[in-house]
Amino acid sequence: MHRTGELFGQFETMEQQRESASLGMWVFLSTEVLFFGGMFMTYTLNRSTYPDVFGEASRSINLTLGAVNTIVLIASSLTMAMSVWASQVGKKQLLTIFLILTLILGSVFLGIKGIEYHEKFVEHHVPGLNFSFEPGASVATNAHAQLFFSLYFAMTGLHALHMIIGAGLLIWLIGQSLKGRFTPEYSTPVDLIGLYWHFVDIVWIFLFPLLYLIDRH
Amino acid sequence: MSTTPAARPSATPGNTLPREHYLNATYGIRSWLLTTDHKRIALLYLVSVTFFFFIGGAFATMIRIHLLTPNGYLVTAETYNKLFTMHGVAMIFFFLIPSIPAVLGNFLIPLMIGAKDLAFPKINLLSWYIYLVGGSFVLYSFSTGGLDTGWTFYTPLSSVYSNSAVTPAVIGVFINGFSSILTGLNFIVTIHTMRAPGMTWFRLPLFVWAHYATSIIFILGTPVIAITLLLAGLERMLHLGFFNPALGGDPILFQHLFWFYSHPAVYIMILPAMGVISEIIPTFARKPIFGYTFIAGSSIAIAVIGFFVWAHHMFLTGESAYAALTFSLLSYLVAIPSAVKVFNWTSTLYKGSISWDTPMLYALGFIGLFLVGGLTGLFLACLGLDIHIHDTYFVVAHFHYIMVGGAVMGYVGGLHFWWPKITGRLYPEFLARIAAVTLFIGFNLTFFPQFILGYLGMPRRYHSYPPEFQVFNVMSTAGASILALGYLLPMVYLIWSMRYGTVAGRNPWPATGLEWQTDSPPLTENFDVTPEVTWEAYDFVNRPDLGLDVKGAPSLAPAHGDD
Repeated sequence: MHRTGELFGQFETMEQQRESASLGMWVFLSTEVLFFGGMFMTYTLNRSTYPDVFGEASRSINLTLGAVNTIVLIASSLTMAMSVWASQVGKKQLLTIFLILTLILGSVFLGIKGIEYHEKFVEHHVPGLNFSFEPGASVATNAHAQLFFSLYFAMTGLHALHMIIGAGLLIWLIGQSLKGRFTPEYSTPVDLIGLYWHFVDIVWIFLFPLLYLIDRH
Repeated sequence: MSTTPAARPSATPGNTLPREHYLNATYGIRSWLLTTDHKRIALLYLVSVTFFFFIGGAFATMIRIHLLTPNGYLVTAETYNKLFTMHGVAMIFFFLIPSIPAVLGNFLIPLMIGAKDLAFPKINLLSWYIYLVGGSFVLYSFSTGGLDTGWTFYTPLSSVYSNSAVTPAVIGVFINGFSSILTGLNFIVTIHTMRAPGMTWFRLPLFVWAHYATSIIFILGTPVIAITLLLAGLERMLHLGFFNPALGGDPILFQHLFWFYSHPAVYIMILPAMGVISEIIPTFARKPIFGYTFIAGSSIAIAVIGFFVWAHHMFLTGESAYAALTFSLLSYLVAIPSAVKVFNWTSTLYKGSISWDTPMLYALGFIGLFLVGGLTGLFLACLGLDIHIHDTYFVVAHFHYIMVGGAVMGYVGGLHFWWPKITGRLYPEFLARIAAVTLFIGFNLTFFPQFILGYLGMPRRYHSYPPEFQVFNVMSTAGASILALGYLLPMVYLIWSMRYGTVAGRNPWPATGLEWQTDSPPLTENFDVTPEVTWEAYDFVNRPDLGLDVKGAPSLAPAHGDD
């Protein structure tokens, strides 16, 4: 395993290596935008085709938990930003603490998301598993509500997958940070994983109003 | 045969292979499967895409044999549907899209810009493994009965009604997408940050510009097809309704999302080939390329405009007249940067000192075939005419002119051009010229009759046809057998030349690019010392090292000033 902070063979200078890594992450995130973009498109189109059923279905998801989760995630972005700052000014202990806080907040988010999924499971709102929207709903309403929940699970599921990957990366970062690998001269992994983490948060900032807030009076 | 003052490749005896190079630096199967050397990864890709090319080719052969007679006795209608589907899936996703970028691009981009490797060598290897995993899923689908949806996977046929192995194929194409994304990411970062001192943006070979444009499509287009196929796959596996009208979904949305990637994907196939041609033409016309900045800019323009033309595949789906008009107009616009390239290549040839080496034969063939393919594309972008020729053999002929006549000609031509660099040895020139001419004749005989068939109204994807169409189908099948020969021949002599070919030396043509400044085959690190670029792109004059007699030739202005 390559030790962090060394110059890889293909580069001439550390500066070039840093620049490449950073640009690589930005390019990757632009790919991610389009990756989520296809789903946002699908959701938006269906939302405008079936505004009533989608409105009704969206009111059945738990706004309180969603709102709490939004706050949790924004807080985790703050602690992540603090980690990046800590690594840049060389406060090694603080870096580890902020990384651990970020990991905890990310895990809380996933836990609350799990509770929400469980609620949906109990209510038979999981598509493909004995789906039934509400007693007495027409076949069409049922189908369109299932469309909403399919998209809900696909979008939040893909987002959660990104959170899980982010949590894995954080665990690795914490390990490296405990070994004291990050210095003001070398903090690229913290910066890059920070970028990734913020991106995943921003996706949620779009998901939350789209899924929870529209048409809720 | 040659009118140039330079020594021909065959007349440069005394070359010896370098003592150490990337092929003999390490030995053993592990040294290949765990390599991070972009040149070795390129060869891994070369073997894998060739494998898929022959699988796709075998399906094509069966299709053409079946269509010899109006009723087709070779296979059943169901099998026929599977054959053209699997031909498309194998050729598009596993041959055409990775061919030039992952083989030639991988090998050449670091060499051309004077870098030791790509920016992320491990990610480069990872992308090859992802390609293999995706390819395995698709081969699993093929070998457990195949799929019959067409390469477009249109829903709800693919997600509900098809009784064939759609799921593994969709998963395979989904996975393979990440291989493209990582390749594109690697190229973009490498071109931005890894250029040698003096290698400014406007001194980059046009091959590199073409790959930069291609990479933009890789990273912005591929994720959309990935998510679309993911949704379609979920729909099939869990009986959801994203694109199924019976459950409230919208099948037209699938088509929009599909073509949002799959039309730009056409430019993924053709742009790198245009890059290859832009290298070959100045080398064998012994003249700096005409309109460097315009060719470079037109690559970017094609990539950008290419993102806004997708719905011209959907004129007959009932999209609104205004949408159709807009997409028709935008599709016409792509013709402008494409024509810019063709005119600039032609102008480069004008008063050039042309030699008819094999790569040049492919390049000239490319220009002609691309011209036919491109102009018939305008027929299809034309709203009224498209109603008549939509889903006919006219379309099939059109896109084969672009993909086979364009992309594959560029790929094979590029393989010949850089073969001495890749292997250190020259291919047999005489055989190679015969193969190039065979390919050109075979190709035209196969696909030109299909334009006529389509115009007369023969629909694509049908396993039978009215007897009056038979004569053109027989011509097409006859052409296909010549074409097959044209592909097998290079396969044989290129492999032969790896051992028995004449040793090439550093710069057999000679060409101006940085890749020709190092050993053939190059060192694992590419260059002994990081090169410093002090000349403009395609400058034959201020290059005494090329050994050309250019006394009295005008000196070359910087590239961005010449047009």
